[in-house]
Amino acid sequence: MIKFNNVNKWYGSFQVLKDCTSSVKKGEVVVICGPSGSGKSTLIKCVNGLEPFQEGEISVDGVSVGAKETNLPKLRSQIGMVFQNFELFPHKTAMENICLAQIKVLGRTEDEANTRAQELLDRVGLGEYGNKYPSQLSGGQQQRVAIARGLAMDPIAMLFDEPTSALDPEMINEVLDVMQQLAKSGMTMMVVTHEMGFARRVADRVIFMDEGEIVEDATTDDFFGKPHSDRAQEFLSKILEH
Amino acid sequence: MLGDFDFGVIVTALPYLWEGMQLSLLLTGLAAIGSIALGTILALMRLSSIRLFQWIGAVWVNFFRSLPLLLVIFWFYFLVPLIVQGQVDAFESALIGFVLFEAAYYCEIMRSGIQSISRGQAWSGYALGLNYPQTMRYVVLPQAFRNMLPILLTQTIILFQDTSLVFVVGLADFMTSAVTVAQRDSRLVELYVFAALVYFVMCYFASLYVKTLQKKMHR
Repeated sequence: MIKFNNVNKWYGSFQVLKDCTSSVKKGEVVVICGPSGSGKSTLIKCVNGLEPFQEGEISVDGVSVGAKETNLPKLRSQIGMVFQNFELFPHKTAMENICLAQIKVLGRTEDEANTRAQELLDRVGLGEYGNKYPSQLSGGQQQRVAIARGLAMDPIAMLFDEPTSALDPEMINEVLDVMQQLAKSGMTMMVVTHEMGFARRVADRVIFMDEGEIVEDATTDDFFGKPHSDRAQEFLSKILEH
Repeated sequence: MLGDFDFGVIVTALPYLWEGMQLSLLLTGLAAIGSIALGTILALMRLSSIRLFQWIGAVWVNFFRSLPLLLVIFWFYFLVPLIVQGQVDAFESALIGFVLFEAAYYCEIMRSGIQSISRGQAWSGYALGLNYPQTMRYVVLPQAFRNMLPILLTQTIILFQDTSLVFVVGLADFMTSAVTVAQRDSRLVELYVFAALVYFVMCYFASLYVKTLQKKMHR
């Protein structure tokens, strides 16, 4: 469903992505991990064209992201994205956050959008919080609303960019639980995260990146069992010791 | 001199002065709406990735900020009729002059307002499939506008004071009405003191309101 082919990206003269090639099948859950500055977030932002890339190709469901003739807003509306800092719209209630793009992009009526939003709020355990503003919600609650907002577009895939990194420890699980349910329901997911427990439980595959390269691309069992590269081994030993 | 200060003159002139004030307020309101709208468009142009738009925005701002407002008002009242070969209405020409001029200032306010909104907000709008105009309209601008509201209001208070310059094209705003009465009745002291007092009270209380608004927003 999502294919990367020799993707290269530079910020000025600094190369952030080097020849990244991989793919994500329908219904697959892929975790991307690696040290900070390794290009994980950049890679995931290239999938829906938030970050442009200079060389190579990325396609989602057969549509090339980088091609000039591609209708990017339309493509993006089919790919949900959840950000590290939630990025809910602070001037809108949870409900309005979830409804805005349903109405403006998908052309749903306000009633349809509200019904869908309420379903999703119930699903992420926040059925009573529809009329709260983001500032009245905890970080974990905000991130669950953000997930609901992405799901409201009935996406074919969901991207998660470090969805729990900005959360207090006691709120991480409520978000991971929602994500795990989502994975079980068959959603295609790409998740940038440091939560190795989550990766082990939920991911089908793990991509390990370092310095802009995909160093390791393996099934979850293989990755945690016997990583091939020294860099992945080193990373795992650092992160798993605690 | 102040010994024979005659309040009666002011009282008699009040209905006339009130008409002038209505014109001042109307001009301020329309000019503010017009120049905030235009200023916002200019701000988006300055922040656009398209070179030509950046250039137009920058030239506009630098051009009008380098001219005295009085000259701009003259320009639209005396020179535009020569160009279009016809009469222009004093109110309309003053209004156009104010909108074009003040837009340069509102532009810079809106520009910093837009820049105060994190990039992630626009990203999350785009990620949902909103296009650029929708992301600006529903996500970025409402927040930018809200953040900048105190400064926008302060600029509007300045605009209100500046409307007194329409005196030069003979528009009967509050200031002009006061001058007219002062000269007609030979009561310069009374009318100029009264006019100053009115401007002071209105602008002072308006800026007090802005201050409380600011405090409320920062809480």
